[in-house]
Amino acid sequence: MDFIDYYKILGVDKGADPKAIKTAYRKLARNFHPDLNPNDKEAKQKFQQINEANEVLSDPEKRKKYDQYGKDWKHADEFENANRQQQSAYRRGAQNSEPQFDGDFSDFFSSMFGGAAGQGRTRQAKFRGEDFNAELQLNLMDAYTTQKQTLTVNGKQIRITIPAGIENGQTIKISGHGGSGTNGGPAGDLYITFSIANHPRFKRVGNDLFTIIDVNMFKAVLGGEITIETLSSKVKLTVKPETQNGTKVKLKGKGFPVYKHEGQYGDLFVTYNIKIPTGLTEEQKELLKELSLTHFKNQADA
Amino acid sequence: MRKEHLISAIEFCANHEIEISFISSLHETGLIEIIRIEETEYIDDSQLVQLERIVRFYYDLGINLEGIETINHLLDRMNDLQGEIIALKNRLRLYESNE
Repeated sequence: MDFIDYYKILGVDKGADPKAIKTAYRKLARNFHPDLNPNDKEAKQKFQQINEANEVLSDPEKRKKYDQYGKDWKHADEFENANRQQQSAYRRGAQNSEPQFDGDFSDFFSSMFGGAAGQGRTRQAKFRGEDFNAELQLNLMDAYTTQKQTLTVNGKQIRITIPAGIENGQTIKISGHGGSGTNGGPAGDLYITFSIANHPRFKRVGNDLFTIIDVNMFKAVLGGEITIETLSSKVKLTVKPETQNGTKVKLKGKGFPVYKHEGQYGDLFVTYNIKIPTGLTEEQKELLKELSLTHFKNQADA
Repeated sequence: MRKEHLISAIEFCANHEIEISFISSLHETGLIEIIRIEETEYIDDSQLVQLERIVRFYYDLGINLEGIETINHLLDRMNDLQGEIIALKNRLRLYESNE
């Protein structure tokens, strides 16, 4: 456990008065406060340091103890004994409390001050607990339908409903499943970010799906029917005669479900990939040659 | 309006040890909505997270109400942009997976 220089963290000198400390704290807190930097772990960590520094330096008793024993924190208990009789009537103002992030103090702080921050706060009645973050991996088929899953968070099992159509990278909030509140305050929230793996056949863009389907050359030339699989069913498609390679067909409403809009779906875009036959017999090649000659003759005549 | 979803403004202020006039100022600037039932002011619990955030901005960070309005606007913009980034990243992923 290393010594933490709280003056350095707040960027003030050792003789700084309470006003200078408050100003320095607020200036830094405005940059790194988690409310202003959502989902930024680095900012949160930095804010915890700033908050801890302020917790000590803005409290005359803590500051005195820190100044006297900071670098020699292992002897801090002696200080406690010597001052046991003293009852401080000092009550720090409400301005310095940071309810949502209580409890995240360094080992150094806990060793010196027992880990309980905020003694003497005025605005400390009921505080929300810490928010938790988790990541959940799904495949495209999982995200296609509304799922009910059981997760274990902090040793507790919770059942969550994942609405169909959830997007890769999207975060949902499960209220009240974060850390416990302080002084009977409400629990924090659980934020789950979804990671959805790519599908080998279907590409998803928003609510639309894209797929490539092979069509044999003869069907592309003469036309016919093919059956393709969507994510939910099989669909029969009519291939028009003389269909070109790369032709796109839109199947309305056969795409991905729209998030939280039950019964609404995006579209499925099918791209035809015309396959040239292989392994033709000599006889078949001759027929194709004949076809080719006829075809080019007709074109020349036209 | 179901009353079990309402938090008395007086109770909220007592718990957070703030002046009731602060809640009125927030209402006047349009930052929160107050529901009045039989002379008692209530806050819908859906606004609680937002309200607690405003309290922290105001009391902990010393940001005035105009500043809080601006921050809320920018946080909303940031949220929209993050949604757009997710959508763009997902599109990019399609091209990268085709390589």
